[in-house]
Amino acid sequence: MPLGRLGALLLLAPTLLLMLLIFVGPIGWFLSAALGELGSLSEIWEEAVATLGSRTILAAILNTNWIAFLVTLVVLALGYPLAYALTRAKGLAFTAILVCILLPYFTSVIVRTYAWMVLLGRNGLINQALLGLGVIQQPLELMYNRTGVIIGMTYVLLPYMILTLYSAMKAVDPRLLQAAEGMGASPFEVFRKVFFPLTLHGVVAGALIVFILGVGFFITPALMGGPGDIMIAMLIEREIELTQNWPVAALMTLVLLAVTLSLYAVYHRFSAERPGLAA
Amino acid sequence: MSGLVIRTALVRALVTVFCVGLLAPIVIVVIASFSGDGYLKFPPSSFSLHWYDRFLGDARWRNALLNSLWIAAMTCVIATVLGFLAAYAMVRAGFKGKGALTAFLLAPLIVPHVVTAIAVYFLSAPWGLIGVKPWIALTHAVVALPVVLVILQSALQAVDPNLERAAMICGCTRFGVFRRVVVPLALPGAISAALFSFLTSFDELMISLFLAGVRSETLPVRIWNSLLLEVEPTIAAVSTVLIAVTVVALLADWGVRRLRGARLAG
Repeated sequence: MPLGRLGALLLLAPTLLLMLLIFVGPIGWFLSAALGELGSLSEIWEEAVATLGSRTILAAILNTNWIAFLVTLVVLALGYPLAYALTRAKGLAFTAILVCILLPYFTSVIVRTYAWMVLLGRNGLINQALLGLGVIQQPLELMYNRTGVIIGMTYVLLPYMILTLYSAMKAVDPRLLQAAEGMGASPFEVFRKVFFPLTLHGVVAGALIVFILGVGFFITPALMGGPGDIMIAMLIEREIELTQNWPVAALMTLVLLAVTLSLYAVYHRFSAERPGLAA
Repeated sequence: MSGLVIRTALVRALVTVFCVGLLAPIVIVVIASFSGDGYLKFPPSSFSLHWYDRFLGDARWRNALLNSLWIAAMTCVIATVLGFLAAYAMVRAGFKGKGALTAFLLAPLIVPHVVTAIAVYFLSAPWGLIGVKPWIALTHAVVALPVVLVILQSALQAVDPNLERAAMICGCTRFGVFRRVVVPLALPGAISAALFSFLTSFDELMISLFLAGVRSETLPVRIWNSLLLEVEPTIAAVSTVLIAVTVVALLADWGVRRLRGARLAG
Protein backbone atom coordinates (compact mmCIF):
# COMPACT_ATOMS: atom_id res chain seq x y z
CA MET A 1 0.00 0.00 0.00
CA PRO A 2 1.71 3.23 -1.05
CA LEU A 3 2.15 5.68 1.76
CA GLY A 4 1.57 9.39 1.59
CA ARG A 5 4.24 11.84 2.57
CA LEU A 6 2.57 12.57 5.90
CA GLY A 7 2.17 8.90 6.74
CA ALA A 8 5.81 8.23 5.98
CA LEU A 9 6.89 11.18 8.10
CA LEU A 10 4.76 9.96 11.02
CA LEU A 11 6.29 6.50 10.85
CA LEU A 12 9.80 7.88 10.55
CA ALA A 13 9.30 10.47 13.29
CA PRO A 14 10.25 8.35 16.34
CA THR A 15 13.44 7.11 14.67
CA LEU A 16 14.42 10.58 13.51
CA LEU A 17 13.71 11.94 16.97
CA LEU A 18 15.94 9.29 18.54
CA MET A 19 18.72 10.01 16.06
CA LEU A 20 18.42 13.71 16.73
CA LEU A 21 18.27 13.37 20.50
CA ILE A 22 21.01 10.80 20.98
CA PHE A 23 23.22 11.01 17.92
CA VAL A 24 23.30 14.22 15.89
CA GLY A 25 22.32 16.47 18.78
CA PRO A 26 24.92 15.32 21.29
CA ILE A 27 27.72 15.22 18.70
CA GLY A 28 26.88 18.72 17.52
CA TRP A 29 26.43 20.02 21.05
CA PHE A 30 29.66 18.43 22.26
CA LEU A 31 31.68 19.89 19.40
CA SER A 32 30.20 23.38 19.61
CA ALA A 33 30.22 23.61 23.42
CA ALA A 34 33.72 22.18 23.86
CA LEU A 35 35.21 24.28 21.09
CA GLY A 36 33.22 27.30 22.26
CA GLU A 37 35.18 27.19 25.53
CA LEU A 38 38.17 28.32 23.52
CA GLY A 39 36.55 31.59 22.50
CA SER A 40 36.29 33.10 19.04
CA LEU A 41 36.85 31.32 15.74
CA SER A 42 40.37 32.64 15.38
CA GLU A 43 41.24 31.42 18.88
CA ILE A 44 39.83 28.01 18.02
CA TRP A 45 41.94 27.97 14.89
CA GLU A 46 45.07 28.83 16.86
CA GLU A 47 44.37 26.08 19.35
CA ALA A 48 43.66 23.64 16.51
CA VAL A 49 46.99 24.41 14.86
CA ALA A 50 48.82 24.08 18.18
CA THR A 51 47.02 20.86 19.11
CA LEU A 52 47.30 19.10 15.78
CA GLY A 53 50.89 20.24 15.46
CA SER A 54 51.92 18.69 18.78
CA ARG A 55 54.13 15.64 18.49
CA THR A 56 51.94 13.18 20.39
CA ILE A 57 48.83 14.02 18.45
CA LEU A 58 50.50 14.16 15.08
CA ALA A 59 52.11 10.80 15.81
CA ALA A 60 48.75 9.36 16.82
CA ILE A 61 47.09 10.58 13.63
CA LEU A 62 49.86 9.12 11.47
CA ASN A 63 49.87 5.90 13.49
CA THR A 64 46.13 5.53 13.18
CA ASN A 65 46.12 5.88 9.41
CA TRP A 66 49.14 3.64 8.99
CA ILE A 67 47.72 0.89 11.21
CA ALA A 68 44.33 1.06 9.50
CA PHE A 69 46.08 0.89 6.12
CA LEU A 70 48.19 -2.14 7.08
CA VAL A 71 45.17 -3.92 8.52
CA THR A 72 43.22 -3.23 5.33
CA LEU A 73 45.99 -4.84 3.26
CA VAL A 74 46.20 -7.92 5.49
CA VAL A 75 42.43 -8.29 5.63
CA LEU A 76 42.23 -8.01 1.85
CA ALA A 77 44.95 -10.61 1.32
CA LEU A 78 43.21 -13.07 3.67
CA GLY A 79 39.66 -12.15 2.77
CA TYR A 80 39.82 -12.43 -1.00
CA PRO A 81 40.65 -16.14 -1.21
CA LEU A 82 38.25 -16.94 1.61
CA ALA A 83 35.39 -15.06 -0.03
CA TYR A 84 36.20 -16.87 -3.27
CA ALA A 85 36.12 -20.22 -1.48
CA LEU A 86 32.75 -19.30 -0.01
CA THR A 87 31.43 -18.42 -3.48
CA ARG A 88 32.50 -21.78 -4.88
CA ALA A 89 31.54 -23.96 -1.90
CA LYS A 90 28.29 -25.89 -1.81
CA GLY A 91 26.26 -27.75 0.79
CA LEU A 92 28.05 -28.67 3.99
CA ALA A 93 31.34 -26.98 3.04
CA PHE A 94 29.46 -23.71 2.45
CA THR A 95 27.74 -23.92 5.82
CA ALA A 96 31.01 -24.77 7.56
CA ILE A 97 32.88 -21.80 6.04
CA LEU A 98 29.96 -19.49 6.76
CA VAL A 99 29.84 -20.55 10.43
CA CYS A 100 33.59 -19.91 10.73
CA ILE A 101 33.02 -16.37 9.47
CA LEU A 102 29.74 -15.49 11.19
CA LEU A 103 30.43 -16.82 14.69
CA PRO A 104 33.43 -14.54 15.25
CA TYR A 105 31.62 -11.71 13.43
CA PHE A 106 28.78 -11.67 15.94
CA THR A 107 30.92 -12.31 19.00
CA SER A 108 31.68 -9.30 21.20
CA VAL A 109 34.83 -7.40 20.19
CA ILE A 110 36.09 -7.54 23.77
CA VAL A 111 35.74 -11.34 23.80
CA ARG A 112 37.55 -11.66 20.46
CA THR A 113 40.34 -9.43 21.70
CA TYR A 114 40.59 -11.39 24.95
CA ALA A 115 40.82 -14.63 22.97
CA TRP A 116 43.87 -13.34 21.12
CA MET A 117 45.41 -12.05 24.35
CA VAL A 118 45.16 -15.60 25.69
CA LEU A 119 46.93 -16.87 22.58
CA LEU A 120 49.60 -14.21 22.11
CA GLY A 121 50.63 -13.27 25.64
CA ARG A 122 54.17 -13.83 26.98
CA ASN A 123 52.87 -16.91 28.76
CA GLY A 124 50.21 -17.33 26.12
CA LEU A 125 49.30 -20.54 24.40
CA ILE A 126 51.37 -19.92 21.27
CA ASN A 127 54.50 -19.24 23.30
CA GLN A 128 53.77 -22.22 25.57
CA ALA A 129 53.42 -24.47 22.55
CA LEU A 130 56.52 -23.19 20.75
CA LEU A 131 58.64 -23.38 23.91
CA GLY A 132 57.31 -26.85 24.63
CA LEU A 133 58.23 -28.01 21.13
CA GLY A 134 61.67 -26.46 21.49
CA VAL A 135 61.22 -24.24 18.43
CA ILE A 136 62.17 -21.17 20.44
CA GLN A 137 64.18 -20.67 23.62
CA GLN A 138 62.78 -17.27 24.57
CA PRO A 139 59.09 -16.38 24.47
CA LEU A 140 58.22 -14.27 21.42
CA GLU A 141 56.92 -10.76 21.94
CA LEU A 142 53.62 -11.11 20.09
CA MET A 143 51.55 -8.67 22.09
CA TYR A 144 51.79 -5.13 23.48
CA ASN A 145 53.34 -4.11 20.16
CA ARG A 146 52.39 -3.46 16.52
CA THR A 147 52.18 -7.20 15.72
CA GLY A 148 49.52 -7.70 18.37
CA VAL A 149 47.48 -4.73 17.18
CA ILE A 150 47.56 -5.89 13.55
CA ILE A 151 46.61 -9.47 14.44
CA GLY A 152 43.79 -8.41 16.75
CA MET A 153 42.33 -5.83 14.39
CA THR A 154 42.61 -8.15 11.40
CA TYR A 155 40.63 -10.77 13.28
CA VAL A 156 37.87 -8.31 14.16
CA LEU A 157 37.62 -6.72 10.69
CA LEU A 158 38.08 -9.75 8.43
CA PRO A 159 34.36 -10.71 8.33
CA TYR A 160 33.37 -7.27 6.97
CA MET A 161 35.74 -7.74 4.05
CA ILE A 162 34.70 -11.32 3.36
CA LEU A 163 30.98 -10.53 3.36
CA THR A 164 31.42 -7.49 1.08
CA LEU A 165 33.60 -9.44 -1.34
CA TYR A 166 31.23 -12.39 -1.25
CA SER A 167 28.28 -10.30 -2.43
CA ALA A 168 30.42 -8.87 -5.27
CA MET A 169 31.70 -12.31 -6.30
CA LYS A 170 28.24 -13.86 -6.14
CA ALA A 171 27.04 -11.32 -8.70
CA VAL A 172 29.64 -12.39 -11.32
CA ASP A 173 27.92 -14.29 -14.10
CA PRO A 174 29.65 -17.71 -14.30
CA ARG A 175 28.94 -17.84 -18.04
CA LEU A 176 31.45 -15.04 -18.56
CA LEU A 177 34.14 -17.21 -17.00
CA GLN A 178 33.11 -20.16 -19.14
CA ALA A 179 33.19 -17.98 -22.25
CA ALA A 180 36.72 -16.81 -21.47
CA GLU A 181 37.79 -20.38 -20.86
CA GLY A 182 36.10 -21.52 -24.07
CA MET A 183 38.09 -18.98 -26.02
CA GLY A 184 41.33 -20.43 -24.73
CA ALA A 185 42.17 -18.38 -21.66
CA SER A 186 44.22 -20.17 -19.02
CA PRO A 187 42.70 -20.30 -15.50
CA PHE A 188 45.06 -17.54 -14.42
CA GLU A 189 44.04 -15.36 -17.36
CA VAL A 190 40.37 -15.96 -16.63
CA PHE A 191 41.02 -14.75 -13.13
CA ARG A 192 43.18 -11.77 -14.06
CA LYS A 193 41.23 -10.51 -17.06
CA VAL A 194 37.64 -11.40 -16.18
CA PHE A 195 36.97 -12.39 -12.59
CA PHE A 196 39.21 -9.92 -10.78
CA PRO A 197 38.11 -6.83 -12.76
CA LEU A 198 34.47 -7.81 -12.18
CA THR A 199 35.01 -8.04 -8.41
CA LEU A 200 37.20 -4.95 -8.17
CA HIS A 201 34.34 -2.76 -6.96
CA GLY A 202 33.88 -5.22 -4.08
CA VAL A 203 37.57 -4.88 -3.26
CA VAL A 204 37.28 -1.10 -3.14
CA ALA A 205 34.07 -1.18 -1.08
CA GLY A 206 35.50 -3.74 1.35
CA ALA A 207 38.76 -1.83 1.70
CA LEU A 208 36.87 1.41 2.38
CA ILE A 209 34.68 -0.20 5.05
CA VAL A 210 37.62 -1.87 6.79
CA PHE A 211 39.70 1.31 6.70
CA ILE A 212 36.82 3.47 8.00
CA LEU A 213 36.16 1.08 10.88
CA GLY A 214 39.88 0.61 11.53
CA VAL A 215 40.54 4.33 11.90
CA GLY A 216 38.02 4.51 14.76
CA PHE A 217 39.32 1.47 16.65
CA PHE A 218 39.79 1.67 20.37
CA ILE A 219 39.34 -1.59 22.27
CA THR A 220 41.80 -3.81 20.42
CA PRO A 221 44.75 -1.39 20.18
CA ALA A 222 44.19 -0.25 23.78
CA LEU A 223 44.44 -3.83 25.07
CA MET A 224 46.94 -5.35 22.63
CA GLY A 225 49.10 -2.42 21.62
CA GLY A 226 52.27 -1.00 23.12
CA PRO A 227 53.30 2.57 23.88
CA GLY A 228 54.01 3.11 20.17
CA ASP A 229 50.53 2.14 19.05
CA ILE A 230 48.43 4.99 20.38
CA MET A 231 45.50 5.64 18.04
CA ILE A 232 43.31 8.75 17.81
CA ALA A 233 40.34 7.13 19.55
CA MET A 234 42.56 6.17 22.51
CA LEU A 235 43.93 9.69 22.72
CA ILE A 236 40.40 11.14 22.80
CA GLU A 237 39.42 8.78 25.61
CA ARG A 238 42.58 9.59 27.55
CA GLU A 239 42.05 13.32 27.14
CA ILE A 240 38.67 12.96 28.81
CA GLU A 241 39.36 10.28 31.43
CA LEU A 242 42.61 11.75 32.69
CA THR A 243 42.66 15.47 32.07
CA GLN A 244 39.04 16.36 31.25
CA ASN A 245 40.46 18.44 28.43
CA TRP A 246 37.25 18.77 26.42
CA PRO A 247 38.45 21.25 23.76
CA VAL A 248 41.39 19.05 22.72
CA ALA A 249 39.13 15.98 22.73
CA ALA A 250 36.68 17.86 20.52
CA LEU A 251 39.39 18.85 18.06
CA MET A 252 40.54 15.26 17.73
CA THR A 253 36.94 14.09 17.41
CA LEU A 254 36.57 16.54 14.54
CA VAL A 255 39.59 15.01 12.81
CA LEU A 256 38.24 11.49 13.29
CA LEU A 257 34.78 12.50 12.05
CA ALA A 258 36.22 14.27 9.01
CA VAL A 259 38.20 11.20 7.96
CA THR A 260 35.42 8.66 8.52
CA LEU A 261 32.55 10.71 7.11
CA SER A 262 34.37 11.77 3.95
CA LEU A 263 35.35 8.17 3.25
CA TYR A 264 31.77 7.11 4.00
CA ALA A 265 30.55 9.63 1.42
CA VAL A 266 32.91 8.08 -1.13
CA TYR A 267 31.66 4.63 -0.19
CA HIS A 268 28.03 5.70 -0.47
CA ARG A 269 28.54 7.31 -3.90
CA PHE A 270 30.36 4.23 -4.96
CA SER A 271 27.76 1.74 -3.79
CA ALA A 272 24.86 3.87 -5.08
CA GLU A 273 26.30 3.44 -8.57
CA ARG A 274 26.27 -0.30 -8.05
CA PRO A 275 22.86 -1.26 -6.73
CA GLY A 276 22.90 -4.26 -4.48
CA LEU A 277 26.15 -3.33 -2.83
CA ALA A 278 24.55 -1.15 -0.18
CA ALA A 279 22.67 -4.05 1.37
CA MET B 1 45.37 -33.48 -14.66
CA SER B 2 47.35 -34.40 -11.54
CA GLY B 3 48.45 -30.76 -11.37
CA LEU B 4 44.81 -29.79 -11.04
CA VAL B 5 44.23 -32.37 -8.32
CA ILE B 6 47.21 -31.10 -6.36
CA ARG B 7 46.05 -27.53 -6.76
CA THR B 8 42.52 -28.31 -5.61
CA ALA B 9 43.94 -30.11 -2.57
CA LEU B 10 46.19 -27.15 -1.86
CA VAL B 11 43.34 -24.65 -2.08
CA ARG B 12 41.23 -26.85 0.15
CA ALA B 13 44.01 -27.11 2.72
CA LEU B 14 44.48 -23.33 2.68
CA VAL B 15 40.78 -22.66 3.17
CA THR B 16 40.67 -25.18 6.00
CA VAL B 17 43.63 -23.49 7.72
CA PHE B 18 41.94 -20.08 7.40
CA CYS B 19 38.67 -21.36 8.78
CA VAL B 20 40.35 -23.12 11.69
CA GLY B 21 42.23 -19.89 12.36
CA LEU B 22 38.97 -17.96 12.49
CA LEU B 23 37.25 -20.35 14.84
CA ALA B 24 40.19 -21.50 16.97
CA PRO B 25 40.53 -18.47 19.28
CA ILE B 26 36.88 -18.72 20.26
CA VAL B 27 36.90 -22.49 20.68
CA ILE B 28 40.07 -22.32 22.79
CA VAL B 29 38.53 -19.76 25.15
CA VAL B 30 35.46 -21.97 25.57
CA ILE B 31 37.55 -25.07 26.32
CA ALA B 32 39.93 -23.17 28.61
CA SER B 33 36.97 -21.84 30.62
CA PHE B 34 36.20 -25.38 31.81
CA SER B 35 39.76 -25.88 33.03
CA GLY B 36 40.44 -27.13 36.53
CA ASP B 37 43.86 -25.49 36.60
CA GLY B 38 44.75 -22.42 38.61
CA TYR B 39 45.87 -20.49 35.54
CA LEU B 40 45.14 -20.54 31.81
CA LYS B 41 46.68 -23.61 30.27
CA PHE B 42 45.80 -25.34 27.03
CA PRO B 43 44.82 -28.08 26.82
CA PRO B 44 43.65 -28.04 30.45
CA SER B 45 45.07 -30.84 32.60
CA SER B 46 41.70 -31.33 34.29
CA PHE B 47 38.18 -30.07 33.84
CA SER B 48 35.92 -28.35 36.33
CA LEU B 49 33.35 -25.61 36.61
CA HIS B 50 35.21 -23.62 39.20
CA TRP B 51 35.73 -20.54 36.98
CA TYR B 52 31.98 -20.45 36.47
CA ASP B 53 31.61 -20.82 40.21
CA ARG B 54 33.88 -17.79 40.65
CA PHE B 55 31.87 -15.87 38.05
CA LEU B 56 28.42 -16.56 39.45
CA GLY B 57 29.59 -16.50 43.06
CA ASP B 58 30.78 -12.92 42.73
CA ALA B 59 28.05 -10.35 43.29
CA ARG B 60 29.69 -7.81 40.99
CA TRP B 61 29.89 -10.21 38.05
CA ARG B 62 26.32 -11.35 38.73
CA ASN B 63 25.09 -7.76 38.73
CA ALA B 64 26.95 -7.08 35.51
CA LEU B 65 25.17 -10.03 33.90
CA LEU B 66 21.77 -8.78 35.07
CA ASN B 67 22.54 -5.21 33.94
CA SER B 68 23.58 -6.48 30.52
CA LEU B 69 20.43 -8.57 30.11
CA TRP B 70 18.15 -5.78 31.25
CA ILE B 71 19.74 -3.11 29.03
CA ALA B 72 19.83 -5.45 26.03
CA ALA B 73 16.15 -6.31 26.47
CA MET B 74 15.17 -2.63 26.52
CA THR B 75 17.40 -1.88 23.52
CA CYS B 76 15.85 -4.76 21.63
CA VAL B 77 12.29 -3.47 22.14
CA ILE B 78 13.13 0.17 21.33
CA ALA B 79 15.22 -0.57 18.24
CA THR B 80 12.85 -3.19 16.81
CA VAL B 81 9.67 -1.14 17.24
CA LEU B 82 11.16 2.12 15.93
CA GLY B 83 13.04 0.29 13.20
CA PHE B 84 9.92 -1.55 12.06
CA LEU B 85 7.96 1.68 11.60
CA ALA B 86 10.84 3.43 9.87
CA ALA B 87 11.60 0.48 7.59
CA TYR B 88 7.94 0.30 6.55
CA ALA B 89 7.99 3.98 5.65
CA MET B 90 11.25 3.58 3.72
CA VAL B 91 9.93 0.58 1.75
CA ARG B 92 6.42 1.82 0.98
CA ALA B 93 6.71 5.56 0.56
CA GLY B 94 8.29 7.22 -2.41
CA PHE B 95 9.99 10.47 -1.52
CA LYS B 96 12.99 12.45 -2.61
CA GLY B 97 16.26 12.03 -0.80
CA LYS B 98 15.66 8.43 0.24
CA GLY B 99 19.25 7.57 -0.55
CA ALA B 100 20.52 10.39 1.65
CA LEU B 101 18.14 9.36 4.44
CA THR B 102 19.41 5.76 4.25
CA ALA B 103 22.99 7.00 4.46
CA PHE B 104 22.05 9.11 7.48
CA LEU B 105 20.26 6.27 9.28
CA LEU B 106 23.24 3.94 8.72
CA ALA B 107 25.71 6.55 10.01
CA PRO B 108 25.86 5.24 13.61
CA LEU B 109 27.65 2.19 12.20
CA ILE B 110 30.26 4.36 10.50
CA VAL B 111 30.84 7.09 13.08
CA PRO B 112 33.36 5.62 15.51
CA HIS B 113 31.64 4.50 18.72
CA VAL B 114 34.11 6.56 20.74
CA VAL B 115 32.65 9.69 19.19
CA THR B 116 29.04 8.72 19.92
CA ALA B 117 30.00 7.60 23.42
CA ILE B 118 31.85 10.77 24.33
CA ALA B 119 29.22 13.08 22.85
CA VAL B 120 26.42 11.38 24.79
CA TYR B 121 28.61 11.28 27.90
CA PHE B 122 29.22 15.02 27.61
CA LEU B 123 25.46 15.54 27.67
CA SER B 124 24.67 12.91 30.30
CA ALA B 125 27.14 13.88 32.99
CA PRO B 126 25.63 17.29 33.88
CA TRP B 127 22.11 15.88 33.73
CA GLY B 128 22.85 13.01 36.09
CA LEU B 129 22.12 10.40 33.44
CA ILE B 130 25.25 8.32 34.05
CA GLY B 131 24.26 4.81 35.11
CA VAL B 132 20.59 5.26 34.14
CA LYS B 133 19.75 2.03 32.34
CA PRO B 134 16.96 3.22 30.02
CA TRP B 135 19.26 6.01 28.86
CA ILE B 136 22.02 3.52 28.07
CA ALA B 137 19.45 1.39 26.25
CA LEU B 138 18.35 4.36 24.14
CA THR B 139 21.95 5.02 23.16
CA HIS B 140 22.47 1.35 22.34
CA ALA B 141 19.29 1.52 20.26
CA VAL B 142 20.87 4.22 18.07
CA VAL B 143 23.77 1.87 17.33
CA ALA B 144 21.45 -1.11 16.81
CA LEU B 145 19.05 0.73 14.48
CA PRO B 146 21.11 0.38 11.28
CA VAL B 147 21.20 -3.42 11.63
CA VAL B 148 17.46 -3.52 12.38
CA LEU B 149 16.67 -1.31 9.39
CA VAL B 150 18.69 -3.41 6.95
CA ILE B 151 17.01 -6.64 8.13
CA LEU B 152 13.47 -5.22 8.22
CA GLN B 153 13.68 -3.39 4.91
CA SER B 154 14.53 -6.62 3.16
CA ALA B 155 11.77 -8.46 5.07
CA LEU B 156 9.17 -5.81 4.22
CA GLN B 157 10.21 -5.70 0.58
CA ALA B 158 9.04 -9.32 0.37
CA VAL B 159 5.53 -8.39 1.58
CA ASP B 160 3.26 -8.02 -1.46
CA PRO B 161 1.55 -4.58 -1.43
CA ASN B 162 -1.43 -6.17 -3.22
CA LEU B 163 -2.22 -8.11 -0.04
CA GLU B 164 -2.47 -4.79 1.78
CA ARG B 165 -4.69 -3.35 -0.96
CA ALA B 166 -6.92 -6.41 -0.81
CA ALA B 167 -7.33 -6.08 2.95
CA MET B 168 -8.14 -2.41 2.58
CA ILE B 169 -10.75 -3.10 -0.10
CA CYS B 170 -12.30 -5.69 2.22
CA GLY B 171 -12.89 -2.90 4.69
CA CYS B 172 -9.79 -3.05 6.86
CA THR B 173 -8.55 0.24 8.28
CA ARG B 174 -5.02 1.46 7.68
CA PHE B 175 -4.01 0.45 11.20
CA GLY B 176 -5.83 -2.85 10.77
CA VAL B 177 -3.84 -3.57 7.61
CA PHE B 178 -0.63 -2.84 9.47
CA ARG B 179 -1.54 -5.00 12.46
CA ARG B 180 -3.19 -7.94 10.69
CA VAL B 181 -1.30 -8.11 7.39
CA VAL B 182 2.03 -6.33 7.49
CA VAL B 183 3.20 -7.29 10.98
CA PRO B 184 2.34 -11.01 10.72
CA LEU B 185 3.94 -11.30 7.28
CA ALA B 186 7.11 -9.53 8.37
CA LEU B 187 7.24 -11.27 11.75
CA PRO B 188 10.22 -13.53 10.96
CA GLY B 189 12.19 -10.47 9.90
CA ALA B 190 11.12 -8.66 13.06
CA ILE B 191 12.33 -11.60 15.17
CA SER B 192 15.71 -11.55 13.39
CA ALA B 193 15.92 -7.81 13.96
CA ALA B 194 15.08 -8.25 17.64
CA LEU B 195 17.75 -10.94 18.04
CA PHE B 196 20.48 -8.87 16.44
CA SER B 197 19.59 -5.68 18.28
CA PHE B 198 19.68 -7.63 21.55
CA LEU B 199 23.10 -8.97 20.60
CA THR B 200 24.38 -5.53 19.60
CA SER B 201 23.56 -4.15 23.03
CA PHE B 202 24.67 -7.24 24.95
CA ASP B 203 28.11 -7.12 23.30
CA GLU B 204 28.58 -3.34 23.20
CA LEU B 205 31.50 -1.96 25.18
CA MET B 206 32.44 1.56 24.12
CA ILE B 207 29.19 3.36 24.96
CA SER B 208 28.63 1.39 28.15
CA LEU B 209 32.17 2.21 29.24
CA PHE B 210 31.29 5.89 29.36
CA LEU B 211 27.63 5.76 30.37
CA ALA B 212 27.43 2.84 32.78
CA GLY B 213 29.13 4.38 35.78
CA VAL B 214 29.52 2.04 38.74
CA ARG B 215 25.80 1.42 39.05
CA SER B 216 25.11 -0.16 35.69
CA GLU B 217 28.37 -1.90 34.84
CA THR B 218 27.67 -4.36 32.01
CA LEU B 219 29.49 -7.62 31.32
CA PRO B 220 31.75 -6.19 28.57
CA VAL B 221 32.64 -3.24 30.84
CA ARG B 222 33.46 -5.61 33.70
CA ILE B 223 35.61 -7.71 31.35
CA TRP B 224 37.38 -4.56 30.20
CA ASN B 225 38.06 -3.42 33.76
CA SER B 226 39.50 -6.74 34.83
CA LEU B 227 41.50 -7.17 31.59
CA LEU B 228 43.31 -3.94 32.35
CA LEU B 229 44.57 -5.61 35.53
CA GLU B 230 45.33 -9.16 34.39
CA VAL B 231 44.24 -11.94 32.06
CA GLU B 232 42.44 -14.00 34.71
CA PRO B 233 40.62 -17.22 33.83
CA THR B 234 37.26 -16.01 35.22
CA ILE B 235 37.09 -13.90 32.06
CA ALA B 236 37.22 -17.10 30.00
CA ALA B 237 34.04 -18.26 31.74
CA VAL B 238 32.33 -14.89 31.23
CA SER B 239 33.45 -14.83 27.60
CA THR B 240 31.98 -18.28 27.13
CA VAL B 241 28.64 -16.99 28.39
CA LEU B 242 28.79 -14.14 25.85
CA ILE B 243 29.76 -16.57 23.09
CA ALA B 244 26.89 -18.87 24.11
CA VAL B 245 24.42 -15.99 23.81
CA THR B 246 25.77 -15.27 20.31
CA VAL B 247 25.42 -18.93 19.33
CA VAL B 248 21.85 -19.10 20.63
CA ALA B 249 20.92 -15.91 18.76
CA LEU B 250 22.45 -17.17 15.51
CA LEU B 251 20.72 -20.54 15.86
CA ALA B 252 17.38 -18.87 16.59
CA ASP B 253 17.82 -16.63 13.55
CA TRP B 254 18.67 -19.64 11.41
CA GLY B 255 15.56 -21.42 12.70
CA VAL B 256 13.34 -18.43 11.94
CA ARG B 257 14.78 -18.16 8.43
CA ARG B 258 14.16 -21.86 7.81
CA LEU B 259 10.57 -21.52 9.01
CA ARG B 260 10.05 -18.56 6.74
CA GLY B 261 11.61 -20.46 3.81
CA ALA B 262 9.35 -23.46 4.47
CA ARG B 263 6.29 -21.24 4.67
CA LEU B 264 7.08 -19.48 1.41
CA ALA B 265 7.75 -22.78 -0.32
CA GLY B 266 4.57 -24.40 1.00
